[in-house]
Amino acid sequence: MFKKIMVPVDLAHIELIEPSLQAVADLARHYDAEVCYVGVTANTPGSVARTPQEYTQKLEAFAQERHRIHGQPVSTHTIVSPDPIADLDDDLIEAIDEVGADLVVMPTHPPKHLDVIMPSHGGKVATHTKASVFLVRPGAGK
Amino acid sequence: MAQDPQDEKPQEPTAGSEGIPAPEGAANLIDTDYVIGQDNITASPLGVNVDLHGKVFLFSSIVILLFVILTLALQDQMEPIFNSMFSFLTTNLGWFFLLGANVFVILALVLIFTPMGKVRIGGADATPDFGYAGWFSMLFAAGMGIGLMFYGVSEPLGHYGTAMGGISMGEDGLRTDWAPLGGAEGDQAGAISLSMAATIFHWGLHPWGAYAIVGLSLAIFAFNKGLPLTMRSIFYPILGERVWGWPGHVIDILAVFATLFGLTTSLGLGATQAAGGLEYLFGIPSGDITLVLLIMGITLVALGSILLGVDKGVQRLSQINMVLAALLLLFVILVGPTLMIATGVVENLIGYVTHLPALSMPFGREDANFSQGWTAFYWAWWIAWSPFVGMFIARVSRGRTVREFLISVLLVPSMASVVWMTAFGTTAIDQVVNSGITQVQDAALELQLFTMLEHLPLTTITSFVGITLVIVFFITSSDSGSLVIDSITAGGKVDAPKPQRIFWALIEGALAIALLLGGGLAALQTAALTTGLPFTLVLLVGCYAIVKGLMSEPKAK
Repeated sequence: MFKKIMVPVDLAHIELIEPSLQAVADLARHYDAEVCYVGVTANTPGSVARTPQEYTQKLEAFAQERHRIHGQPVSTHTIVSPDPIADLDDDLIEAIDEVGADLVVMPTHPPKHLDVIMPSHGGKVATHTKASVFLVRPGAGK
Repeated sequence: MAQDPQDEKPQEPTAGSEGIPAPEGAANLIDTDYVIGQDNITASPLGVNVDLHGKVFLFSSIVILLFVILTLALQDQMEPIFNSMFSFLTTNLGWFFLLGANVFVILALVLIFTPMGKVRIGGADATPDFGYAGWFSMLFAAGMGIGLMFYGVSEPLGHYGTAMGGISMGEDGLRTDWAPLGGAEGDQAGAISLSMAATIFHWGLHPWGAYAIVGLSLAIFAFNKGLPLTMRSIFYPILGERVWGWPGHVIDILAVFATLFGLTTSLGLGATQAAGGLEYLFGIPSGDITLVLLIMGITLVALGSILLGVDKGVQRLSQINMVLAALLLLFVILVGPTLMIATGVVENLIGYVTHLPALSMPFGREDANFSQGWTAFYWAWWIAWSPFVGMFIARVSRGRTVREFLISVLLVPSMASVVWMTAFGTTAIDQVVNSGITQVQDAALELQLFTMLEHLPLTTITSFVGITLVIVFFITSSDSGSLVIDSITAGGKVDAPKPQRIFWALIEGALAIALLLGGGLAALQTAALTTGLPFTLVLLVGCYAIVKGLMSEPKAK
C-alpha cells in the first residue's frame, strides 16, 4: 500500500520522536516500504552539527542505525534553511514531493491554545499535502 | 539598484530554503570542544518552549529593565549624566572613532584586491541562500534605509547653510560655526560641493565599512570556522576557549544592549517622524496616542514578519521597500532638476574623493564642531548599529565570496547613497538657491523631506509613499533586529523556539512606548551611542580576526 515513508526527524531531540520511530519501523516492515529520513538544519552552526555537511553525515548515520533495527531500505534528505524555525512546514511539504513519499509519519504534540498563532507542524503538513500523514502523539503506546 | 554587482563569475541565485545544497567544499573549521547551546536553558514554562543562553539572556534582560526604570524614575538626575558622558566621548575620543572608521574602510577596500577576496563564505563550494535582488534589498533596508529618508534632504541643506556662513571665531579662539573643514563663505558652488561631499562622507564608505567588518568577521567565523553566530566568536583568535566563559558573555551582552538601544531609539524617533508626516499630510494630530498606535502597529507587522521568517517575511518586506524607494528616487530625479542631479552624481563623487582625506583626518582638526558634533556622532552611531546590521548581513550572506561580499556591502551601497543624497540634496538646494523657496530650510528636521516634496508635482502621492517608506523601513529594522537579539541570547542558535522572537519584538515596542511617553528617548539615544565606544574596540579586534581567519581559508576555485 505504501512504498516510501518520509520521516521528519529532529536530531537534537531524538528522545521525543522515539514512539514515532517505532511506528515507522513497524509500518515499513508491514508494507515492505523504503524509509526516507528528512532533517532540516540551519545554515549556521548549531547544536547538532557545525556545518550542513556534518549534519548530512549525522543524518545518514542515524538512518543506517535505524536500518539495522528494521531492516528496510533507508535514504536521507537534508534541507538547509536560513531560517529553519519559520520555514520548517513549507520545507517539509516540498520535501514530500521531492523524495516521492506516499506516507509521512511524524510526531506531534497534543492540540493546545497556542496553535492558533503557531500551528503544530504535523497539522500544517497534513493540510497541505496529498500524501497520507500519520501523526504520532507523545507517549503513544504507553 | 538591486542589480547584480560586478562579480567575476555570476551564478544563478538559488531559491533560498529548499533543496539539497551542493557539497560545501573545503573550509577550515576551528577545533573546539564547545557544543553550541551547551550553556542554554531549555524549558517549557506555561507550555511555551524556550531555549536560551541563561547568563546572556538574564543579565541583558535585568540590566535593560533597570535602565528603563532608572531613566524613567530619575529623569532629571540621569539626563545630565548621559549628556556629559556623550559630550565627553565625542570631544575627547572623537579622534578614536574617526581613526577606527578609517581602519575599517581601508581594510575592507584592500581585502577586495587581495587573493583573500577569493575565499567563499560557507566553504569553497557553498551556494548563496538568497538571490542578488533579495540579498541586496535586505542589506540596504537593514543598514540605513530610514536614515536616508530622514537626512536625505536635511543634511545636505544643513551643511550648505553652515558652509555658506563660513568660519566664525568665538572669544576663546575656538570656532563656533558648524561648517565642514574651512567652509566656503559666500562661494555658492563651493558650498554646494562641500556640503554634498560632507553628507556623502557620512553615508558612504565609512558606515558600510563598519558593517562590512562586523558582517564579514561573523560570517567567516560562523560559516567557515563553525563557531556560533554571536559576537563573541570573532574573539576566538585572541581569547581562545575563554570566549565561552565570562569574557564572551560580556561581549554578547554588550551586543544585545547596542542592538536593543539602537532599535528602540529609532523606533521612537521614526514614529515621531511618521506621525509628523501624517499630521502634515492628513491633519491627524501627532499626539501621544498617534505615536503609541504607530509603534504598536509597526510592532505588530514586524511580529508577523518574523513569524514568517527571513525568507518570506524580512526578504519580501525589504524588496517591497526597495521598489518603493527606487520609485521615489526616480520620481525626484525626473521631476526635480534632472540635469543638475545627473551631472551632480559625477561632480559629488569627485568632490567626495577630493575632500575624503581632509574629512576623515582624525587629528589636528580645526572644524571641531563638525568633526566631533557630526562625524564622530555619526561614527559612534554607525558602530553601535554594526553588531545588529553586521550580524544580519552575515546571516544572509553564506555562499558569497569575500570579494563579492565586500563589493556588495561596501561599494554598491556607498554608490547608492551617493545617488540618493545627490538626488534629494540637489533638489532641495536647487529649491533654495534657484527658486528662492526657503520653506524647506525653515521646516522642522523631520518635515524637511515632505516640505521638499510639496514643491514637486503629485505631492499627496509622493508624501504618502514617503511615510510608507519610513514605516516599512522601521518594520524591516525591527524584525531583523529581533532575529539578531534572539540569536545572541540563544547562544548563537538561529533555530530557537518562535516565542522568543515574539518576546523580543514585543520588548522593543514596549520599550519604545515607555521611553517615548516617559521622555527617556534622549537618554536611550545616548546609551546607544555610548555602546559605540566599546564596539569600536570590538571592531578593531574584528579586523584582526578577519585577516587571521582568512589566511587559513582555502580559496574558491
